[in-house]
Amino acid sequence: MTVAVVQFGGSNCDRDTVQALEHLGAESRLVWHEDGLPEDTTGIVLPGGFSYGDYLRAGAMAARSPVMEAVRAAVESGTPLLGICNGAQIGCEGGLTPGAFTTNRSARFQCEHVHVRVENANTRFTRHYEEGDVLELPIAHGEGRFEIGAERLETLGARDRVLFRYCDADGNVTDDANPNGSMDNMAGILGERDHVAVLMPHPERATLPGLGTTDGGNILRGFADP
Amino acid sequence: MPGYTVTVTVRLKEGVLDPEAETTQRALERLGFEIADLRSADQFELDLTAGDADSARQRAEEMTERLLANPTIHDYELAVDER
Repeated sequence: MTVAVVQFGGSNCDRDTVQALEHLGAESRLVWHEDGLPEDTTGIVLPGGFSYGDYLRAGAMAARSPVMEAVRAAVESGTPLLGICNGAQIGCEGGLTPGAFTTNRSARFQCEHVHVRVENANTRFTRHYEEGDVLELPIAHGEGRFEIGAERLETLGARDRVLFRYCDADGNVTDDANPNGSMDNMAGILGERDHVAVLMPHPERATLPGLGTTDGGNILRGFADP
Repeated sequence: MPGYTVTVTVRLKEGVLDPEAETTQRALERLGFEIADLRSADQFELDLTAGDADSARQRAEEMTERLLANPTIHDYELAVDER
């Protein structure tokens, strides 16, 4: 797989993502958004950061930038896409995934380690885990509270579109373990298509040795594996 | 063509938590003000030219749907004034 990690002005997890993917043996490259997607792109990451300074709403500007037309076309033709943090906000703003990420319940930027439980291991992104596995992953966001209309919330649950829920270290999904007030503790979801996913925690910061946790590596591995 | 100012007010849908508004309310209360509730909204003023007020509204509505508001969490209202 040749992964395009799309850089916007204000992206700041782009290099980390490339480094983590390369560590896992997945060929990847930084792609400046104005340059469009390379023709041999077989996977897309929308990385974390503060694209366009989070103007208007986090991800709102990047979601409407010209490169997203190419991203959408690639996704339509089956190219897997992973949106991480700001990339998740861009994915929801751009309609690749349902719902919206908005201001944390605390109204503060939160940078900490959290636990998430694997809710559905039968996806490209979670196939190297077992359902119920508890992962320790870093979060770093001010607008990570997942909101979705009640009707679509039910659809997400009924169709097993939830990848991860915030939980405590023992895997209990509780309000106390919900760092940002996300509906139903949702930390990561699938889009309409099975090869599209977004999540607020940072797997690329939990892949390389020496960073405290490597629990996120298998998310990137699952994404990048054929 | 006549000029219009369309004022777009974008606010969170009823029932969607607004932590910034809650924090602002608490700050006012700390200053000694009594307040039953506080809601916040974003307001945009769009100056544009259009054939008539209806088409000015229509264009502003399209801009709001496409960018200014996020329909998952927002309601919005428009007011058109001749400039």
